[in-house]
Amino acid sequence: MTLGYPGRTVLEDIEFSVRAGEVFAVVGPNGVGKSTLIRAASGILPPERGKIAIQGQDIVRMSPARRARRVAVVPQAIHLPPAVRAMEVVLMGRTPYLGWLEREDELDRQLAADAMRRTETYELAHRRVGELSGGEQQRLLVARAVAQSASVLLLDEPTAHLDLRHQDRTLKLVRDLAHEQGLGVLIALHDLNLVARFSDRVALLSDGRIKSIGDPRQVLTPLELGAAYGVEIHVVEDPIHGTPLVLTG
Amino acid sequence: MSEVTARGRPLPTLSRLSKAVPFLWTSAALLTMLVLSAAVGPVRIPPLVVLKVLLAKVSAIGVVSDWPASYGVILNDIRLPHTALIALAGMALGGSGAAYQGLFRNPLADPYIIGVASGAGLGAVLAMTAEWPTSALGMAAVPLAAFVSALVTVAIVYGVARVGRSTPVTTLLLAGVAVGIFASALTSLIMLLSTDQLRRAISWLLGGFSLGGWGPVWASLPYLAIGLGGLILLARPLNVLQFGDEEAMQLGLDVEKLKLVIVILASLVAATAVAFSGIIGFVGLIVPHLVRMRWGPDYRRLLPLATIGGGAVLLAADAVARTVLAPRDLPVGIITAVAGAPFFLWLLRRAKQEVFW
Repeated sequence: MTLGYPGRTVLEDIEFSVRAGEVFAVVGPNGVGKSTLIRAASGILPPERGKIAIQGQDIVRMSPARRARRVAVVPQAIHLPPAVRAMEVVLMGRTPYLGWLEREDELDRQLAADAMRRTETYELAHRRVGELSGGEQQRLLVARAVAQSASVLLLDEPTAHLDLRHQDRTLKLVRDLAHEQGLGVLIALHDLNLVARFSDRVALLSDGRIKSIGDPRQVLTPLELGAAYGVEIHVVEDPIHGTPLVLTG
Repeated sequence: MSEVTARGRPLPTLSRLSKAVPFLWTSAALLTMLVLSAAVGPVRIPPLVVLKVLLAKVSAIGVVSDWPASYGVILNDIRLPHTALIALAGMALGGSGAAYQGLFRNPLADPYIIGVASGAGLGAVLAMTAEWPTSALGMAAVPLAAFVSALVTVAIVYGVARVGRSTPVTTLLLAGVAVGIFASALTSLIMLLSTDQLRRAISWLLGGFSLGGWGPVWASLPYLAIGLGGLILLARPLNVLQFGDEEAMQLGLDVEKLKLVIVILASLVAATAVAFSGIIGFVGLIVPHLVRMRWGPDYRRLLPLATIGGGAVLLAADAVARTVLAPRDLPVGIITAVAGAPFFLWLLRRAKQEVFW
């Protein structure tokens, strides 16, 4: 498919699929279109050409509620209303299951509480969002997506503000959601080493196209990365995890 | 999708009683102001008598009629209808103000923001200068013209703001401002060209109540019940809208449909208020903020509390308007502006540290 904005095509001839139970990472230089891809996959940016389907159904044609029951998004920009309480943010994740006139019930609250426990945000439940750090807010967004109980999870730079512990925890959570619960996960990350450790397949975007796609070992090579990022790249084996370790020269 | 088993303790929630407290406070304020407002006027009627008359109306409680007959007449024919109308207008302004602030995600939004006031003003002034009150419609011509004109204006604004299949709120806001300015200019022109009606028009525009009796009360009740009731029921989706159109859509909300419904309901309510009470500023802007500062931004509480609070505040302002320059009755819109602005600035300074939006 082709994706872009009025007057500007961002990505062309994009074709790939994310399988249930896999973590599929999208990498590439700043501005290449990772966020555009995530937005399109969430259904709010219809492709100029081509289509996006979940379990065979075109998402652009779905009603917002039906789509949101299948796809949950963790957006990159965090603009949460500051006076709202953390638990209310997470409860928003249950919106696709509630009609306009319906209220949340016990199950909704349980699922939200669970999601907060898994993202280590349960203790923040009563705090106002404006008082929380960027990292805490980001984890709330992940919790909200988890509470949505969707079969596809889209994450746009979910670790940008997180400290080492929470980067680790969040990505482990994402990997568990895929491997143990069978979600299909599409994640845009710019930390290539996190990609190497936590993803099952990778697509490298450059110049508006997919330059390389496959196992992290195949894609994260000095040649491919060097060409895409325009900088000297060395790849060694991570002594702890055995995965590729990308270093700039 | 595989099963997600929910385990462990659920989220903590507030007790029933603490949830009810804000409603008790605001309702008490409203009832107090209702009684006081009816007690105030050229003839001072003791609040206790007002209470007894009200109870006698309910008539489940046997009340001995031990007040002068004149009090009864004044209350039933003049004061109580006026008080009821003010209360309804205040509730309409508080509720629609809160709804607009939620729709636009903008603290400066008020019930008049997309042309209700300017449209109503134009309609009213047209009716006055065309001397429709002397026609078959009689005194009802002005409110009717104002009401219809307000809704037509909003429809125009919405139509202008529509871009493809969506209506971005910033465009809606700008279109409202533009159309509003245009309507106001037309209104001023008409007023200039027909100076004999000028004073009447100005008085109406500042928030005067030209019609007395119970007629306006019954006439506005259905629109307010539907409009305010609908808005309050839509409070939860309105909360979701606060995260932005895109995120709300990603969370499964039909954003365009919701925005349209809210515009319709809120404009219906605001147009009804303006039709019968003229343009009363500040109440729709300030009351939602007062409620938000004290009780938070959740629209499930904010909407009903701003509605009730709006009634109480306008009743207070009206009582002042009728007593401060007695025996002259000032238009209540002057009181709300003169008192409202400094009061709000003072509150803002106090609340500077707090995050309340």
